[in-house]
Amino acid sequence: MKKKDAFAQRKSHSEPGPGDGGRTGSWRVLRPILDPEKCIPAKTNKNACYACWIFCPDGVVTKTKLPVIDYEYCKGCGICAEECPAGAITMVEETLLIMEEEK
Amino acid sequence: MYIIESGNVAAAFGVKLAETAVIAAYPITPQTPVTEKLSELVDSGEMNAQYIPVESEHSALAVCIAASSTGSRTFTATSANGLLYMAEQLHWAAGARLPIVMCVVNRGIGAPWTVWNDHQDSISQRDAGWIQLYACDHQQIIDTVIKAYRLAETVSIPVMVCYDGYILSHTYMPFELPDVDTVRKFLPPYAPEYFLDPACPKNLNTVTLPDIRPDVRGDTAPGYMEIRHNLHTDMRRSLDVIIDIEKEFYDTFGRGGHPFIEPYRVNDADYVAVCMGSLSYHLRDVIDKLRNEGIAVGVAGLRVYRPFPDKAIADAFSHKKGLIVFEKALSYGNQGALFADIKAALYAKTDRPFVRNYILGLGGREIKTCELADALRDSCKPSSATTDRPEWIGLKM
Repeated sequence: MKKKDAFAQRKSHSEPGPGDGGRTGSWRVLRPILDPEKCIPAKTNKNACYACWIFCPDGVVTKTKLPVIDYEYCKGCGICAEECPAGAITMVEETLLIMEEEK
Repeated sequence: MYIIESGNVAAAFGVKLAETAVIAAYPITPQTPVTEKLSELVDSGEMNAQYIPVESEHSALAVCIAASSTGSRTFTATSANGLLYMAEQLHWAAGARLPIVMCVVNRGIGAPWTVWNDHQDSISQRDAGWIQLYACDHQQIIDTVIKAYRLAETVSIPVMVCYDGYILSHTYMPFELPDVDTVRKFLPPYAPEYFLDPACPKNLNTVTLPDIRPDVRGDTAPGYMEIRHNLHTDMRRSLDVIIDIEKEFYDTFGRGGHPFIEPYRVNDADYVAVCMGSLSYHLRDVIDKLRNEGIAVGVAGLRVYRPFPDKAIADAFSHKKGLIVFEKALSYGNQGALFADIKAALYAKTDRPFVRNYILGLGGREIKTCELADALRDSCKPSSATTDRPEWIGLKM
């Protein structure tokens, strides 16, 4: 069978990687904002805590001394803010931030 | 080699000859002996397969979906409420384009409970995206299972092999057991182009958004609508594949040769009875009787219900005077599903026969030869016209 005549040419098969589920950051209503003054690894300069990295269901938080949240794919679920023992993450209305950014 | 066995064992031997690698099934009457036979064959080492016992039909098909995704040839079987319990996974298997083969041992659906035969179970799943084949006797059951694997793996669409509960599943008949090496030539090992491999992780059937979007490499990935359109066009293209496979099977094994419609005294008939499954063989006796009375009637057994062979039906029957569609299933509130499909297939023809519909045998109600003869005597008249609603045979009220 020639390639163009092949059956099942269109299937949902893909390689794993960021963005396979689309730009899910656009789903976000609340944006997690990290305060480096309160964040344990940032404040102590130690590889410690990382509760946000452990609990993030989408793997968009880095395990770095100042964890970085990838807003391209963060859906804004708020689990990181809920789990952060230092209260370093605040969920802020996305609309307020967008209005501020547009000023 | 000819053997005498039940229809369920014929199905199990078909699965054995296909060298199926993974079997997962949950027992339900009248399918149970298929699963029992297969578990025996695996346990005794006669079959080199994994038999995975599960707690439900939903899990049975989920196991087949997973195993098929890794590139294994898989099998399951069910009946009636078991098939309905699989419903979500049925649609998944088709959308995922997995060549799973399943026997549906046709049984009526509760409520009220019935364990006896009709076709409501498989007919109610006609829009799930599976190919549906119907067998008329034990030989066709074993042959159709083998052909079903060849078809499913060629077109990447799952296939149901449907046969009548009790009437075929539990009766014993002689049939020829195809030779292993000949089956191997006809059905080469399953070698999918794409399968799950731990060494090379992949995403299968992840969420699609309403529109298309680029994949991780930046190439445009098909969206839900493109994938579903492809399933439909491939289902339609499967009609040609069915013709080719039937021809090759006939050339190899010397049986079959009728891809869509199995005719009996149809060529010179003015009127044709149309039905699916064992009823078409039952009707042959009635046809002989009516021929002796001078009524020019034949019977056509439809072997393929999805994809619907509409062109074959229109070409075979548009010049006839009348078609009488006998169905063991009903689209409640409308008419027999096959009846509606046949009328639609004939609609584009300017010269077309009248089409009548009889519903019979629901929940195993006995189908008497004299009742079939009476229905055909009543219908096979030039004055008959197409009906909107079915008539019922054997209703006692």
